Amino acid sequence: MKISGNSENMQCRCADGAVSEEQYNAALRSLYGRFGYQPYKMSKFEEYDLYAGNKDFLISDGIITFTDTDGRLMALKPDVTLSIIKNTDIVPGGTVKVFYSENVYRVPKGSETFREIVQTGLECIGRTDPYCIAEVIYLAAESLRAAGKEYVLDIGQLELLDAAASKISTDPAVKNALMKCAAEKNRHGVDEITARNANAGAGAGAADVFKMLIGLYGRVDEALPQVRAAARELGMQDSYDSLKEITDLLRASDGFDRFRIDFSAAAAGGGNYYNGIGFKGYVEGIPERVLSGGQYDRLVRRFHPDGEAIGFAVYLDTIEKYTAPDAGFDGDLLLLYPETAPRDKVLEAVLKYTSKGMTVRAARAGAEDGLSGRFRRVAFIDPEGAVKDEL
Amino acid sequence: MSCDRMINIALPKGRLGEKVYALFEKAGFPCPQLLENSRKLIFENEEAGVRYFWVKPSDAAIYVERGAADVGVAGKDILLEYEPDVYELADLRTGICRMAVAAPEGFRDDPGRTLKVATKFSHIAREYYRGRGRDIDIIHLNGSIEIAPILGLSDVIVDIVETGTTLRENHLEVIETVMPISARLVANKSGYRFKNEKITELVRAVSELVGK
Repeated sequence: MKISGNSENMQCRCADGAVSEEQYNAALRSLYGRFGYQPYKMSKFEEYDLYAGNKDFLISDGIITFTDTDGRLMALKPDVTLSIIKNTDIVPGGTVKVFYSENVYRVPKGSETFREIVQTGLECIGRTDPYCIAEVIYLAAESLRAAGKEYVLDIGQLELLDAAASKISTDPAVKNALMKCAAEKNRHGVDEITARNANAGAGAGAADVFKMLIGLYGRVDEALPQVRAAARELGMQDSYDSLKEITDLLRASDGFDRFRIDFSAAAAGGGNYYNGIGFKGYVEGIPERVLSGGQYDRLVRRFHPDGEAIGFAVYLDTIEKYTAPDAGFDGDLLLLYPETAPRDKVLEAVLKYTSKGMTVRAARAGAEDGLSGRFRRVAFIDPEGAVKDEL
Repeated sequence: MSCDRMINIALPKGRLGEKVYALFEKAGFPCPQLLENSRKLIFENEEAGVRYFWVKPSDAAIYVERGAADVGVAGKDILLEYEPDVYELADLRTGICRMAVAAPEGFRDDPGRTLKVATKFSHIAREYYRGRGRDIDIIHLNGSIEIAPILGLSDVIVDIVETGTTLRENHLEVIETVMPISARLVANKSGYRFKNEKITELVRAVSELVGK
C-alpha cells in the first residue's frame, strides 16, 4: 500500500514561520476530505446523561449544564467523539468515516475556568480493518506534518501492556497504579509497586517485561524486535502481529521515519474504553502532546454491539497556546495616501501588494497617528497615484 | 531531526540541588560555573551541551512540564501533590525523607469523628485518607504546620519528616508513614522525544551512579 497526501503543499506557516490556526484547521479539513472522510456537524448541546454515563472518557470533569424548556438536563458539549458515536447509524459490516471541527466547552488542565476550545479530528466507526487503522494513523501523522515543524507520532499497543500488568497483579488497583507508571515511564515506580505487593505472587520476570515495555522508545525497526520478545514472553503473539501489520502498512508512507514505538502512548487513556493501538503526536517547540488517538472498540460497543472504532483529536488550543505571536507586527505594509490621491490608484496598489501575499493597511496620510498596530514597512502614494519610496 | 542540541536542566536551589549537580557532573554533564559564587541563575556549558537553571524546589516540575526545561529534579512529594504531566525517569535516591502523619504525643484517634488535618499537601492528604475511608477536614497551611495541633487548629498534621527533630521539639510524634520521598529526575514529554538521545544518556549515566 502506498498512501500519500502530498502534504508538502499544505504545511501552514505565517510570514514569520508561525502556524496560523485558521489556515491549519483549513488544511486539516482538506486533508481529511481528500481521504473520503465526510464533514460531521452537530448541535452544541447534548443530553447530560450521555456524559454522566461515560465520565471517565472525558478529559476534564467539568461540564456546563442547563435545563432545557422541556425539562431535560442538557450539557454544552465537552467532547465530540461521544456525540458522534451516539448519533451515527452503522450498517452491520459497514464503516463510517467522518471528520469534525467543533467547539467544545471544558476546563483545560492548569485552568480553573471553562473555555471554548476548537477540537478538530476524525473518527472511523463500524468495521475497522488493518487498512482503516493504518490510514487513520497516517492521517494523524500528516496532521502533525501540516503544522510545519518537526514532529513525531508515537504508537503503542494497549493489550500487550495490559497483559504484562496482569502478570504482575490482577488486582484492579495495582493494575491502575502500574498503568500510571506506564504513562509516566516510571520504571522505579514499578519496583516500588511490586515490592509493596510481593505477596501477589508476581515473578521478577513479569515486572522486567513490563518495565522494558514502558521504557521502550525508538524507531519502529529498532524497537519491534524487543516488542516481539516481550510478546513471546507474555504469550501475546497476536497482539504483536497486529502491531507489526500496521507498522508494515505505514512503512510505505512518506513520514515513516517519524513514527516511534512508545507504550506510554497507549497507557494514558485507560482500558475501560480503549483497546489495541494508541498513539500520540508531538510537534517540536510545543511541550505537550498536540494529538491523541487510538482504537476505542470498548466505548463504541456501549452504543453499537460488535462495533469497532479508531480516531484522533488535534488539540488546536495547545498549538495556539505555544505558537509564538508575530514579532510585534500587525501587518506587512502601511500604505499612506493623501486626500487628493486617485482612489482607484490606491486600490490598484493595495491589490498589487496583497496579491504578493502581503497584509496591507491603506490609510489617509495624516490619519495614521490614530492607527493602532505596527507594520513592517511603510509606503506612500503621491497625489498622482504613484507609489513612492518606501519610508 | 537534530538530537544534539543542548538540554536545559532545572535544578532545585539549595543543598539538594548541589548534591544533584555533583551527580550530573559525574555522569558527564559538567558546568563548573554553576558552583561559582554568583547571583546568576542560568549557567551554560556548550561543550557538554547542557544549560542549568536554579529554581525554587517546588517550581522545578512546572518548568519541566511547561517545557522551559527539558529535564529537572523534583521531590516525589511535589510530583504527587501537583501531578505535573511529566515523565518520571529515575529515582535519584537523594533528598530522602518521608511524608508522615504526626500528632501531639499521646494522641488518641477517635474514628467516629471527623479528623482535622493541617497540611501543605492537601491533595496527598486527601488521597491518603480517602484510601482509608476516613472522613477528614483539610486545613491548608503554607508553613509552620507543626504549630497547628499545638494551638488546637488541627488534630494531626501531614508533612515531610526528615530527622523528626522539629516534631520532637514541639512534642509531636509520627503516628503513620504515608510514603517515602526522594528526589526524582523528570523530563518534559515533548523534550523527551526531540532530545531523546541526550536525555536517555543522562538517565542511563545517572541511574548507573545511583546504583540502579
